Amino acid sequence: MFNEMTMDDQVREPYRALVDWMEANGPEVLEQKRLEAETLFRKIGITFAVYGEGGDPERLIPFDLIPRIFTASEWRKLDRGVKQRARALNTFLYDVYHNAEIIKAGIIPADLVFKNDAFEPAVIGIDPPRKVYSHIVGVDIVRTGPEDFYVLEDNCRTPSGVSYMLENREIMMRMFPELFKNLRIEPVESYPDMLLKTLKSIAPPKCDREPNIVVLTPGAMNSAYYEHSFLADQMGVELVEGQDLFVSDDRVYMRTTRGPARVDVIYRRIDDAYIDPLCFRPDSVLGVPGLMNVYRSGGVAICSAPGAGVADDKAVYTYVPDMIRFYLGQEPILNNVPTWKCGKPDDMKYVLEHLGELVVKEVHGSGGYGMLVGPASTKAEQAAYAERIKADPGDFIAQPTLALSACPTFVESGIAPRHVDFRPFCLVGDDIRLTPGGLTRVALREGSLVVNSSQGGGVKDTWIMSD
Amino acid sequence: MLSRTADNLFWLSRYVERAENMARLMEMGYRMALMPAVGNGNRSEWESVLSASGCHAGYDPDAPLRQEEVANFLIFNRDNPSSIINCFEYARANARAMRTAITAEMWEALNNALMELRRPSMHNLAKNELPEFIDWVKKQGSLFRGATDSTILRNDGYDFIRLGTFIERADNTARLLDVKYYVLLPETSMVGDGVDNYQWTTVLRAASSLRAFHWVYRDDYSPHRIAHFLILNPFSPRSLAHCAEQITQHLERLARHYGQRHDVHGQAVEMYSLLTQSAMDEIFSNGLHEFLNDFQARNGALSNAIAEAYYFGGQ
Repeated sequence: MFNEMTMDDQVREPYRALVDWMEANGPEVLEQKRLEAETLFRKIGITFAVYGEGGDPERLIPFDLIPRIFTASEWRKLDRGVKQRARALNTFLYDVYHNAEIIKAGIIPADLVFKNDAFEPAVIGIDPPRKVYSHIVGVDIVRTGPEDFYVLEDNCRTPSGVSYMLENREIMMRMFPELFKNLRIEPVESYPDMLLKTLKSIAPPKCDREPNIVVLTPGAMNSAYYEHSFLADQMGVELVEGQDLFVSDDRVYMRTTRGPARVDVIYRRIDDAYIDPLCFRPDSVLGVPGLMNVYRSGGVAICSAPGAGVADDKAVYTYVPDMIRFYLGQEPILNNVPTWKCGKPDDMKYVLEHLGELVVKEVHGSGGYGMLVGPASTKAEQAAYAERIKADPGDFIAQPTLALSACPTFVESGIAPRHVDFRPFCLVGDDIRLTPGGLTRVALREGSLVVNSSQGGGVKDTWIMSD
Repeated sequence: MLSRTADNLFWLSRYVERAENMARLMEMGYRMALMPAVGNGNRSEWESVLSASGCHAGYDPDAPLRQEEVANFLIFNRDNPSSIINCFEYARANARAMRTAITAEMWEALNNALMELRRPSMHNLAKNELPEFIDWVKKQGSLFRGATDSTILRNDGYDFIRLGTFIERADNTARLLDVKYYVLLPETSMVGDGVDNYQWTTVLRAASSLRAFHWVYRDDYSPHRIAHFLILNPFSPRSLAHCAEQITQHLERLARHYGQRHDVHGQAVEMYSLLTQSAMDEIFSNGLHEFLNDFQARNGALSNAIAEAYYFGGQ
């Protein structure tokens, strides 16, 4: 297993200054800082609700004080790889809603795309501004060795977590001013400005002025509500709910105290199915009736564009390296994790025979729910899961259990290595922008590989060192 | 600003003010109950508090009208929409629905108040030390208003917050005065005797106005003066006249800021003039209770007119 901080009993170079600081100050000071940080988080009220647990809807997400650090050269590779993926995914989306060249070329099976639940027939032939569908691509990356990075999945539908990247950094700068003064750590604070720039750049064709941008949230009961309000606040735009918006004369308006105000760009944090009850789920009260008609006629831009979800489907994921070759004529800079598709008889046979070694996931699942982690499962769990796979093979993929890298982390017994992953947030609009940083998630339970905050995961600040 | 945000701000401050007002009503009931029984010995203070709170209809008709039961109903009952705990729950829910429109200090004031109020120990405090509990509630109101006053931008959001405060406060002062109406036995012989005067000073205490009253009128506790202080005196911070003045001013600010006037502006001026042009003799001879009823109706209509003018219910 690769340890982010030490290799061959030596402290790795990017962690040197941090380790020196920790040794010079001792565990008491660090413990003191940890308590201070927790108080700060509570005060700010950064919370993350967990569905299905019936607990406090405003639970705190655990924050770990020990940062995860990348060197400048490591970051250069990630930066290029993530941007390459974001470009390929958007090209793919435009393609499947237009000429579907990649399918005609026989590279991706038609059924996988057109029969996919996330494929949106309602947007076929529509040109979103700048031909961009996924304006914020969150790429989940894991590491297994010094040079070995793998993409675990892509998130093309307004991925969450960026508020933690920003707030974690705020807290760290307050806790460790000396380190920030002495080290050259790339700042992340420009993210909201870059997001705003990206959103402005996708103003719809009918917009003839400085675009009016809003963040659309399902409301205060949503698990990521804190992030929605945080981003709106940071960008200085209104945070609206569906009930605040209405459609009139082929444009979208928000209800204000001075009367209707036109809206040009909607950064929505609600799913496709809910954004327009006239077009999608008729029982939705979160969306805006008629929104899709305005979108079609170029009266409003929606981020992410409806239909973007087909690009981050777990079965489509397996074809991303082929997309990169097909559209960009390049070799993928970041590798996929080798994946078995249970829809293929040979693959299914292999998966069923090796359940104890593999991680099996539902194709359409997210948040770490409904997956089987082979090495951590019992025979009975494996047998039950095998039945589910056999009932619906196309719904499952499997991957080897990767030896995810671990990063030193505060646990009850002191400091111990815990597995981490990494999600940078790539912005796509008039340009492709990537903030040097991201969200490092950590599996707090010993041996656990599940980093999702809904399953006992925590977060860390991520430092990118500059040259 | 978004109409929903304005609506939330308006009601947020109304709820905070209402929680405090419920506490003030109870303070008055508590003090009146310490007095020897009036006339035929009919002890009706807590029933009067209930009536004046506007929550009587929700009160279990079989439950005794004693301090413990009535106070519990007004503080902790979840089915009573105006109970103090519900006021804080609603206020905090409103705040959470628009975190970007209020400051961290305001959020903390509300959040802490609710977290403390949810503690079981607060039930004991309210049961055994009602005056102390009442002080706690009033303090939460002060903390919230102080945080608001010292941190929020003086934009339209501020005006909606202040409108909520003064609409609710005016309503409450009218209710406080009305408790007096309910408690006081109608026989003329009672008016002006020792008990009657004590009850009038209780109204002042509940309005935190006893000392202010001293400064203005010295020791003349005549019902006439006390009613004047709480209705017509523009310098008294809880008087109807002061509330109406503030409401008019904040509506004017909105009109200037938006460059739009609505019916509500005329209505507010009319309500304010009613208070600046009335005399106490006239109000008493036409009936204080009738005057207060009329005022509450106007005040309620004004609140609806604000909602209509700024599209609170959608447009």
